[in-house]
Amino acid sequence: MNWLFHLGRYWVFMKEMFTRPEKYSLYWKQFIRELNNFGWGSLGIVALTSVFMGAVITIQTIYNLVNPLVPMTAVGIVARDSIILEFSPTMMSLVLAGKIGSSIASEIGTMRVSEQIDALEIMGINSSAYLVLPKIFAAIFIFPFVVIISMFLGIFGGWVAGTAAGVISSTDYIMGIQDSFVPFNITFAIIKTLTFAYLITTVSAYQGYYTGGGALEVGQSSTNAVVYSSILILIFDYVLTQLILT
Amino acid sequence: MIELKNISKGFNGRSILSNVSTSFEKGHVNLVIGGSGSGKTVMMKCMVGLVEVDSGEIIYDGKQFSGLSRKERKPFRQEIGMVFQGGALFDSLNVEQNVMFPLSMFTNQTLEEKLERVNFCLRRVNLVNSNKLSPSELSGGMKKRVAIARAIATKPDYLFCDEPNSGLDPRTSIVIDNLLKEITEEYNITTIMNTHDMNSVLEVGDKILFLHQGKKWWEGTVEDILRTENQELNDFIFASKLAKGIKKH
Ligand SMILES: Nc1ncnc2c1ncn2[C@@H]1O[C@H](COP(=O)(O)OP(=O)(O)O)[C@@H](O)[C@H]1O
Ligand SMILES: [Mg+2]
Repeated sequence: MNWLFHLGRYWVFMKEMFTRPEKYSLYWKQFIRELNNFGWGSLGIVALTSVFMGAVITIQTIYNLVNPLVPMTAVGIVARDSIILEFSPTMMSLVLAGKIGSSIASEIGTMRVSEQIDALEIMGINSSAYLVLPKIFAAIFIFPFVVIISMFLGIFGGWVAGTAAGVISSTDYIMGIQDSFVPFNITFAIIKTLTFAYLITTVSAYQGYYTGGGALEVGQSSTNAVVYSSILILIFDYVLTQLILT
Repeated sequence: MIELKNISKGFNGRSILSNVSTSFEKGHVNLVIGGSGSGKTVMMKCMVGLVEVDSGEIIYDGKQFSGLSRKERKPFRQEIGMVFQGGALFDSLNVEQNVMFPLSMFTNQTLEEKLERVNFCLRRVNLVNSNKLSPSELSGGMKKRVAIARAIATKPDYLFCDEPNSGLDPRTSIVIDNLLKEITEEYNITTIMNTHDMNSVLEVGDKILFLHQGKKWWEGTVEDILRTENQELNDFIFASKLAKGIKKH
């Protein structure tokens, strides 16, 4: 019943966290700092993975499209929809779980084992709120932008790869990505992204906050943060898709 | 003055502190000594409310501290400063920001006022021209000084120091000990210091409490400690051959 213990403690952790800040200015400073970390800090890796992801999706779609009756514009439609619905929100969140989740867990875990969290508590600061709330809000604020940028870059990557390889004409691809566009797909992607942002920050913070021992355990927490947030992202991806798209 | 009345604390059924009662005087450095694992840190964390006691009372100058909620302890917070064993400086902030942090938390002072206080505290611990350094750039002794400056920034009435000289060379240790003693007397603070360092005991100890297996084993002054017949205490303080030799003469 180990997972029940964690579920219960995670719940208590959440409850303790959502309280009124002692001092808004301190929280605001943290929020701005995290926005920078999460936003600028992840743009590079997100851009790189998005462009390649779009390229691979496009080339694979063309490769699988053997029926000559299907117009080449279908490639653009398929690539666009898979990028918007699945790859940008979910895969980018997995990438961010690796990057941001591990850094949250190791930052908070280090603060735990070096008694910095105790030092905050001594000053009457609700340490879980102070350390985690700004991260949650920053992630919820910035992740949607990151994912939308990823969508554009993914679709752009597909265009570059497809036209560079000469397997699809620029006109076909661009006509495809404009064809039968469903705006709700973007909304759905944002809903997923917000859920994942919350999961990554809270699960990783939880792992860090309850680190016991020393440097070795900090590494362990950081690994756990990535593993558990990734698993939860995939589970919630399935649940949300089932709930909203069917 | 801080009074402890029969405090006990255990973890997972294992008793760590049992029935400790004592009092710590204002304007003095009160030492808590004992071997590694004897419960010094747990006792200090109970006193400042980082760990809740299982039973017993903690009283700050007549005001009940144990059993209060986070909110009810608010008024005590500004009066408590603590120097943690490793310094516990905030890694993401530089020296100046570390010392300023409690001021931002507790006061509505302007940046200039806060800076003035920060610089005063840093000068007080003999640390100048280091304002912009980050904790990772500091030596062990400098970290402790910053930690002390941060602890006294809000002019606390109570100062807790958990092994402030662990990991320091003997000369630096004595400097830190004396600094704490001076500050204690200068501002009339109730200071409680955990240590297992005999140098500190002889140098700054006004009152000494010896913890052994989570119990108050002995209590007294520096003069008393050199003449004590208490077996465990003697084993602890005169552990080395050198010290045993001194004791004989
Ligand atoms: N949070 C905790 N959970 C369980 N055991 C603890 C905890 N904190 C301390 N202990 C145990 O209490 C004992 C006393 O520890 P401590 O007060 O840190 O000793 P020291 O005198 O060296 O400071 C040790 O055996 C330690 O393992
Ligand atoms: Mg200790």
